[in-house]
Amino acid sequence: MFIGLANTWVAILLMMIGLYIVIAQGNLIKKIIGLTLFQTSVFIFYISMAKVEGGTAPIFSSDISIYSNPLPHALILTAIVVGISTTALALSLIVRIKEAYGTIEEEEIQGLDEEQD
Amino acid sequence: MVSQLPVLQVILPLMAAPLCLLLKRSTLVWLFCLIVSFLSLLISILLVQQVSTSGPIDYAFGGWDVPWGIGYRIDQLNVLLLIVITAMSSVVLIAAKESIAREIDPEKHVYFYILYLLSLSGMLGIVATGDAFNIFVFLEITSLSVYALIAMGRHRRALWASYQYLIMGTIGATFILIGIGMMYQMTGTLNITDLSVRLAELPQKRTILTAFVFIIVGVCLKLALFPLHLWLPNAYTYAPSIVSAFLAATATKVAIYLLIRFTYSVFGPSLSFAAIPLQTLFMALGLVGIFVASVTAIYQTNVKKLFAYSSIAHIGYMILGFSTGTVAGLTATLLHVFNHALMKSALFLALAAVMLRIGSVQLSSMQGLGRQMPWTMAAIVLAGLSLIGVPLTVGFVSKWYLLVAIIEQGNWVVAGLILMGSLLAVIYVWRIVEVAYFKEPATAQKGDVLEGAAGGSTEAPLSFLIPIWLLVGANIYFGIDTRFSTQLAQSAAQSLFGVSP
Repeated sequence: MFIGLANTWVAILLMMIGLYIVIAQGNLIKKIIGLTLFQTSVFIFYISMAKVEGGTAPIFSSDISIYSNPLPHALILTAIVVGISTTALALSLIVRIKEAYGTIEEEEIQGLDEEQD
Repeated sequence: MVSQLPVLQVILPLMAAPLCLLLKRSTLVWLFCLIVSFLSLLISILLVQQVSTSGPIDYAFGGWDVPWGIGYRIDQLNVLLLIVITAMSSVVLIAAKESIAREIDPEKHVYFYILYLLSLSGMLGIVATGDAFNIFVFLEITSLSVYALIAMGRHRRALWASYQYLIMGTIGATFILIGIGMMYQMTGTLNITDLSVRLAELPQKRTILTAFVFIIVGVCLKLALFPLHLWLPNAYTYAPSIVSAFLAATATKVAIYLLIRFTYSVFGPSLSFAAIPLQTLFMALGLVGIFVASVTAIYQTNVKKLFAYSSIAHIGYMILGFSTGTVAGLTATLLHVFNHALMKSALFLALAAVMLRIGSVQLSSMQGLGRQMPWTMAAIVLAGLSLIGVPLTVGFVSKWYLLVAIIEQGNWVVAGLILMGSLLAVIYVWRIVEVAYFKEPATAQKGDVLEGAAGGSTEAPLSFLIPIWLLVGANIYFGIDTRFSTQLAQSAAQSLFGVSP
C-alpha cells in the first residue's frame, strides 16, 4: 500500500507542507512560497498519474508501443502557466502592499488597518 | 453563424480584450466594451431561444469530436447563467465610464476594461464549457483578472483584500484541480457527460468520494459559503465601485452554478446526497450563514460592506434551496440567482453613484442624502425592499418559492427561521433609510469624505440613473410578471432531474 502509492504519498506530504506554510506564516512572501509548493504538489500528482509501467515518452513512432499518457502532461502544462501567473500577480501585489503599508508582515498590516478605524 | 453561437459567446469578449490596447483612448475603449458586452447579451438571448425550442446544444471545438476535443454544452441550466452574466455586465458597463473616471487613474483605464472583459469571458467560459479541466482554466482566468480589478481600488486596503482573495481563491481552485485529477484517474475522461456515465458505473467509490469532497470544498471557497466567506466583505468593499457591482451580481452566481453542475450533472444526486450528509450540512451552514451575516451587516458603518455581508446572507438562502434536493428547491435557488443579481447590481450601482457624488459610502456621510440625490436614494430603498422580500418585488418571488419548497418537506422550523432572517434585513435596510431621509444633511463634516468631493452634492448623472432605474424596474417587473424568470429556473431544475418540462 505504501510502496504502490508512493507518488500519492509524496504529493500529499508536499501538499500539507505547502498548506501549512500558507496558514502558519505571517510573511506574505513565505505564504506565496507555501502556495506554490501546494500547487506544485498537485502537478506532481497529475504527472505521476500519467506514468505507464515500462512506457517511454509519448512520441509518435512505429517502434514505440507502450508510452505514458500524454494528456495529463498537457493539462499540467496549462496548470503550470496558471500557477506562474498567480505567483507573478501575488508578488506584484506584495510590492504594492510594501509601498502602501511599509511592511509585508500580516499582523502589522492588520494592526495598521485597525489603527485607522 | 447560428451554429457557432456557443463558442462566440466566450470567444467574443476574450478576443476583444487585447484589442482594447489598440484603441488607447478611454472613451473609445468604453464604447467598444459596451458594444462587445451587448453583443454577448444578444448571443445569450439567441441561445435561450435556441435551447427552449430545440433542446441542449452540443458544440465540438475545432471539429474534434467530443471525447477527444473540448466540447461546449449549452442546456437549460447554462442559458440562465449566461443571460444573467451578460445582462449584468452590460448594464453595469453603462455607468462604468464616469465611475472609473472618478476612482481610477486615467492611464489605467484601458487596463481596467481589458481585465473586465477577461473576467466576463472567464465567467461565460466556466458556464458554457462541457469539459471539467476547461472549467478550472476559465475559473483561473476569471479569478486572476478579478484579483487585479480589486487591487485597482483607491484605498490601500484594496491591495490587502485582493491578496487575501488570491490566497483563498487559489487554494479553492487547486482543490478543484485535485478533484478533477482524481476523477480523470478513475474514469479516463474529462467530458462532463462522459464523466457522469462512467462515475456511476464504477464499483469502487472511495476515490470518487475524495474527489467529490475536494471539489465541493473548493467550490464553496469560491462561493463564499459561511464559514469560508472571509475574503468576500473586504473584496467587495474596497474594489472600485463598478467592480463591486459586477462581482456582486455575477461571481458568486457562477460558483452556485458550479456547485449544482458538479453535484447534479457530474456526480449525480444519488452519490452526492447519499454518501455524505451534504443536505443537512448545507442546510445548517445556510441558516447559520443567513443569521451571522445579517447580524454582522446590521453593525457595519460602511454601506458597501453592509451589502457585502447581505450578499453572504443571500448565498445562505440559495444554499437552503439547494439543500432540499427537490425540483422546487432547486427552482427557488436558480430563481434567487437571477433575482439576487438584479437586486445587488442595482444597490451597488447606486452606491457607485453615491461614491461619485460625495466620495464616500460611509453611513455617516450619507446623512440627508435622500433630499440631495432623490433618485439614487429612492433606488436604494426600492432595491432594499426587494432584498427584504416585500411583495411586488423579485425578492418576494424567490423567497416565496423557497418557503414553499421548504414547507413541502414539512420543515416548518427552517421556514420560520427564513422569515426571521428577512426581518434582520429590514433592520439593516432601515438604518440606511433613517440616515438618508430623517437626518439633516451634514454640510460641514469632512471626516471620511475624499478630498475634491463636491460639497453640495447633486443628483447622479443620467449615465448612472438609467442603468440603476433599469435594474430597479426589472426588480419590480420580474416581481409582478414572473413568467420569464420562473420558466427559465423551472426548466433548468427539471432538466437536472431528468423530468421533461
